[in-house]
Amino acid sequence: MKKIDCDDKKIRCKSLVIDGTKYRTTLNKKFTNRKAWEKPQKSRIMSFIPGTILKIYVKEGQCVKKGDNLLILEAMKMQNLFRSPVEGIIKSINMKVGERVPKGKLMIEIGYQ
Amino acid sequence: MGLKRKILELHKKREEVLKGGGDKAIEKQTAMGKMTARERIISLCDTDSFHEYDLFVEHEARDFNMDKKILHGDGVIIGTGTIYGAPVCIFAQDFTVAGGSLGMMHARKITKIMDHALKMKVPLIGINDSGGARIQEGVNSLAGYGEIFFRNTLSSGVIPQISVILGPCAGGAVYSPALTDFVFVVDKISKMFITGPEVIRTVLGEEISMEDLGGARVHSEITGNAHFFAKSEAECFEQIKKLITFIPWDNTRKALKFEPKEPKPEYNISDIVPGDPRQPYDVRDVIRAIVDDSDFFEIQELWAANIVIGFGRMNGDTIGFVANQPLVLAGVLDVDSSDKAARFIRYCNAFSIPIITLVDLPGYLPGVDQEHAGVIRHGAKVLYAYSEATVAKMTVILRKAYGGGYIAMSSRHLRADFVFAWPTAEIAVMGPEGAANIIFRKEIMEAEDPDKMRKQKVKEYKEKFANPYVAAARGYVDSVIEPEETRKLLLHAIEVSGNKSVFLPQKKHGIPPF
Repeated sequence: MKKIDCDDKKIRCKSLVIDGTKYRTTLNKKFTNRKAWEKPQKSRIMSFIPGTILKIYVKEGQCVKKGDNLLILEAMKMQNLFRSPVEGIIKSINMKVGERVPKGKLMIEIGYQ
Repeated sequence: MGLKRKILELHKKREEVLKGGGDKAIEKQTAMGKMTARERIISLCDTDSFHEYDLFVEHEARDFNMDKKILHGDGVIIGTGTIYGAPVCIFAQDFTVAGGSLGMMHARKITKIMDHALKMKVPLIGINDSGGARIQEGVNSLAGYGEIFFRNTLSSGVIPQISVILGPCAGGAVYSPALTDFVFVVDKISKMFITGPEVIRTVLGEEISMEDLGGARVHSEITGNAHFFAKSEAECFEQIKKLITFIPWDNTRKALKFEPKEPKPEYNISDIVPGDPRQPYDVRDVIRAIVDDSDFFEIQELWAANIVIGFGRMNGDTIGFVANQPLVLAGVLDVDSSDKAARFIRYCNAFSIPIITLVDLPGYLPGVDQEHAGVIRHGAKVLYAYSEATVAKMTVILRKAYGGGYIAMSSRHLRADFVFAWPTAEIAVMGPEGAANIIFRKEIMEAEDPDKMRKQKVKEYKEKFANPYVAAARGYVDSVIEPEETRKLLLHAIEVSGNKSVFLPQKKHGIPPF
């Protein structure tokens, strides 16, 4: 039987705080790889599914109203039309027609005046 | 034709079929570092115990020139044998025959042996090595899968079902292993996924190898789909054989009794757990200090290691162990560890294996990712599983048992039969630091030196509540015991609960949070 010695560098002990108490323990991959949460922003148009950009209706600098067509993302043989959820100016377009985008990519950012 | 000639004819026919997919295909299989289906069965079963059925089955496909193709045994071997004397039903897909693809007759052979296993009440072992559905057979192939899944579900909790992934197991095929009790995988050989790298690349443009997508390591460490990881097929078969010795052959019988043995003296139970509740140790050593011969057979060792599950023997009988692991993530309950423990508790209950729970946890893992991943409904599985379990339930609280974690870990309130606590146990609504900050908030804030006041209040709270005696005063703990007494008391508890019977409200089935 090997006794656990936290000062042994091979064990890689770290601290984990639960309810104000610091525990000495090891951390697993899933825990160390977890992503910090970000508040979703309406003006940042993200891909909710990986797919291909079929059409872009807007240009940078263009004014858009709520409900205006922005782009079509084709994924799993389904054409998904993205409409603007806000009123504003297209600040940036981060992909081209025909481009494949992964899930969670920022496709279009809309700025306010 | 005389009898002799007819027997000779049989020999010839047998010989022909036993070639499987032929020398070239077998060579390919060997080159991949894989054994053939027959070699696998022979390594798994007791010598000369395996008997094969449906050797001469032929497929019925007529489209796409399939009528001209001979597929020996239709790509699967079925039969019965014994493992350490335990009767088992086995099927093994033969990758050398049409890539082990599943056609109608292939499936019919599998369902035949599954029906047999359920009728005879013996364990079922399925060795998966298949490219998937036989496309030429169309919907008949899908029907075959459906018939297998249905039988997996029907047999669940009646006979043990073991899946061994020794090659690809892709698409719908993965759902048979997923429905069974134990899944064995081998490094670099096992591959499981719903959609393969090819589809992912063409549809989504993401590049990933089979190994990174659904290799043995992925399923043992990340997804939790696999229960046992081995470096070679030989090691995998040894694991299966060992498991067979621990489990009952069906849900009406007990596992075989072994010669009782004392734990090994090197596992000194008083010398494992540090007194400071913030310091880690390997809880598996505590289990080894309790079980016969210090032989603990761990399940899902690499996944959600913050909880430990597995089998050990007490006085020669199989016992299921569930233990928080302070060495990993301080032993917290989280989404994965709850899932892992709950399923194992249900396995033990279904097969009447008593459960010993060792408790030492600070609570649940905090974090947005945990909350958003549904730690509420996953955590609820543990409460559900312990509450519905009618097998003998013994609990030993080693150190921390705080808050919701205390309730979840086989507490008296969920009808544990025996709850023991070591003198180092701290059974409280939360850790002393957290509790003091809430209860004495005003005093701490108004003090001249808030830090000093906080420390003093934490100390006061610790002295009063961080012990097993508050819970013992209400009878929530039956007995405060010395670590050395643990095995003796557990043996006694198991002995007196041998005839336990509990009556639950009549129902078709409950609605567990899965």
